[in-house]
Amino acid sequence: MTGSRGLRSWLTTTDHKRIGLLYFYTAFAFFLVGGLEALLIRAQLARPNGTVVGAETYNQLFTMHGTTMVFLALMPLSAAFFNYIVPLQIGARDVAFPRLNAFSYWVFLLGGLFLNASWIAGPVFRAGVLNVAPDAGWFGYANLTERQYSPGPNVDFWMLGLQILGVSSLAAGFNFIVTILNLRAPGMKMMRLPTFTWMTLVTQFLVITAFPVITVALVFLMFDRFFGAHFYVPQAGATPLLWQHLFWLFGHPEVYILILPAMGIVSEVLPTFSRKPLFGYTVVVYSGVLIGFMGWGVWSHHMFSVGLGPIADSVFSATTMLIAVPTGVKIFNWIATLWGGTIRGTTALHFAVGFIAMFIIGGLSGVTHASPPADLQQTDTYYVVAHIHYVLFGGTIFGLFAGIYYWWPKMTGRLLSEALGKLHFWLTFIGMNLAFFPMHLIGLLGMPRRIYTYAPDLGVSSLNLVSTIGALLIGVATLVFVVNLWRTRSHGAPAPNDPWGGATLEWAIPSPPPPYNFSVIPTVASRLPRWKTEHHDPMPDPPAAPPAPVHVPGGSWWPPVAALGLPVLALAPLTHHLWLAFLGVAIMLYGIYRWAFEPFEI
Amino acid sequence: MPRFRPWLSPLLPLALAVVACGGPFPQSTLRPRSDFAGAVDQLFTSIFWWAIIVFVVVEGLLCYAVIRYRHREGRPAPRPVHGHTALEIAWTLAPAVILVFIAVPTMRTIFATAGEAPPTALKVEVIGHQWWWEYRYPDLHIVTANELSLPVGRPVQVSITSADVIHSFWAPALGGKRDATPGYVTRIAFRPDSVGVYSGQCAEFCGASHANMRLRVLVLRDSAFQAWVRRQQAPAAAPPRGSLEARGRDVFAKSACIGCHTIDGVSKGIIGPTLSHVGGRATIAAGLFPNDSPHLARWIANAPSLKPGALMMQMPVAGADLTAVIAYLQSLK
Repeated sequence: MTGSRGLRSWLTTTDHKRIGLLYFYTAFAFFLVGGLEALLIRAQLARPNGTVVGAETYNQLFTMHGTTMVFLALMPLSAAFFNYIVPLQIGARDVAFPRLNAFSYWVFLLGGLFLNASWIAGPVFRAGVLNVAPDAGWFGYANLTERQYSPGPNVDFWMLGLQILGVSSLAAGFNFIVTILNLRAPGMKMMRLPTFTWMTLVTQFLVITAFPVITVALVFLMFDRFFGAHFYVPQAGATPLLWQHLFWLFGHPEVYILILPAMGIVSEVLPTFSRKPLFGYTVVVYSGVLIGFMGWGVWSHHMFSVGLGPIADSVFSATTMLIAVPTGVKIFNWIATLWGGTIRGTTALHFAVGFIAMFIIGGLSGVTHASPPADLQQTDTYYVVAHIHYVLFGGTIFGLFAGIYYWWPKMTGRLLSEALGKLHFWLTFIGMNLAFFPMHLIGLLGMPRRIYTYAPDLGVSSLNLVSTIGALLIGVATLVFVVNLWRTRSHGAPAPNDPWGGATLEWAIPSPPPPYNFSVIPTVASRLPRWKTEHHDPMPDPPAAPPAPVHVPGGSWWPPVAALGLPVLALAPLTHHLWLAFLGVAIMLYGIYRWAFEPFEI
Repeated sequence: MPRFRPWLSPLLPLALAVVACGGPFPQSTLRPRSDFAGAVDQLFTSIFWWAIIVFVVVEGLLCYAVIRYRHREGRPAPRPVHGHTALEIAWTLAPAVILVFIAVPTMRTIFATAGEAPPTALKVEVIGHQWWWEYRYPDLHIVTANELSLPVGRPVQVSITSADVIHSFWAPALGGKRDATPGYVTRIAFRPDSVGVYSGQCAEFCGASHANMRLRVLVLRDSAFQAWVRRQQAPAAAPPRGSLEARGRDVFAKSACIGCHTIDGVSKGIIGPTLSHVGGRATIAAGLFPNDSPHLARWIANAPSLKPGALMMQMPVAGADLTAVIAYLQSLK
């Protein structure tokens, strides 16, 4: 059952490294889909009174672009690194629950396919193709999402798809918390954990606390839509504002779920390529933890235009400004890490420095809308679109690309081309600034977000054209990256154990690592085990072959089977066939039953 | 090896400012025409300059570090510095101090613009609908749609709500946006300080034609506003017997129009905007089209083709009947 090649070995794998690669390729495919949606959006807005797509299609495009990028691209791209890198950084053989890990991946894949199936599912619902994809925005404000105002299956796809994806995130969240707390190698104290692992830990605590909140909000919505409940119906005495509070109570921690892993990556890349330890490791770690806590106290800054009253606005404004302090501290620590180093300008370093440069802009525009009166002119305009893209593209995606160039040799055994990498970086850097910087002005000049058309006399036509050109450039850059990935498969230079001179444990073992990771579990004596510091000599690398055979658990069919039950269950309310619900539950229970009683020592 | 050159990025805003120059920008947030918008603009400007200072300093440090400490052959290995307590305390305090300079005027502005106008203010109720605006002047007994007329120099108390889903009322020159949430009444207050026509639009995604839910605010001299009030308070114009307009009224009264639209003395529909004085408005379909015969004809014949999702059905009115209805509507000044 445990062949190392072939489709079956991938379907049944429980190896964190293979699951990491599956996460990467799947999330990257969704990233391309979300990018294509973005290009269509930009094509429509290139000129005033655009006619590339109609209103209904456009509303589906921006909804799916946001939903795809947040839930199907950025979060699982981070998860690719959690999976691949975290067990290596803490000196473990795998995650704590390898089959649960496989389950998380399969649920993610199936949830993503379920959501995207809405693009082509129109005929099933007697509607045209391109008619039933979600269309209420990625934060789906009630009461527009009620059956009365959104009668089609569009919102059903969205609400059921997100619930499926929530299961995946929660399972992974618990898995990584247990892994990081319990599977550390001897001597790997908490304050010796690599920064990326630390930020992963904070992120997973945010996941397991934030996702239940959106699940509750979605279950309320599901009851409203399918069973005639009135959680968000003002005519029944309820309030649609309940959705906004629940969504943003999840939504703001979600922002940190998206950015903290990238901050962790940057905190690994900068020290390696400046040949200096991370400046103020303790402060960077604690500020990450602090951001995780403070992220729970700022949600209503998404709601300043609601009119919650001056007291609520003042409080949420103050907490939001406070969160800028630990964020600013991190930026200064990164610059201080570079300061006095010998900086090697690898592609990974380019993206890491690009992250800092762009994140500063996103942070500063964030401060301008932490001020409620100013935000009243900015919220729901392109100014906010500019802000979110400086944070999530200039921030998260730059951070993730830094991680890809940094860890790809470890993950595949081959080095990505640095020349193509630099080209990729500069095209992305120029493209993103052309695409997103004009949006600040477009918003200040009065163009709201989420409009499929605008009048020429708004005066923002040329700025929109510039933005579209920038988006195209990002598209070209992404193609360069795809070429780089493809070329590297056969032509990439073979990677040694440690191509960069890294300080952390993953560089002590072969690239790619053997299934058991470490021939001998290392004993860690310092925060930078592979570097010489004042008190410690570099740790010796583990022997090339294990002294005794290492048992590696085999694969299992039951995680993917159990995962399959969820989308089948979700099809039941979508198509109004009760028997599908029983079938879905039966598949899931059978999968879990076999999984529970599976002899794992195959 | 190409090096990182982010110091070029400050040039970008400059270049874009050049691109952005020219054109009247009717919906700009940067040309305040009321006390509310002015206070917001002043606050934004001060935060903007703080942001510019921080941007220049921090990006400058970053660029300097990347260039100054780039790898060169023969440089000694860097000192393994792990931190510096005093320095770290300093750069924790520095942003905190700057934030105080932003927070204090922010709090002042929040309370100064909290939506309370003096009791003498003109009261206006704004009701969002998919996808048009209803305006009521309770003290003047006026109901109108999409084009809001206000006198210059007089405080206005705006109460905002919605008849269906959440919208957001936004006329940038006159102030910040405020959501129209069903079941709630929210408030803004401002005093327009310049005569003019200001455009705005719905700012909260509200369904298919969210992009087509525009509005205009006409700030008028007091005499012009009083004249407008008198016209609105007058009963809807009754066309002379036997005229084209009278035929139009009869067609209107016998058609499905009356199910949704009010014209004083003719119909009492409340689903669509009131048409009692529609001829006096410059635009139709929530600021989308000029209020002229060709656009009215196309709109009446097939509204959803001009405004996706519009609830107004295709009207089986054509030929001479259509001409008559248009003439009638245009006569309702």
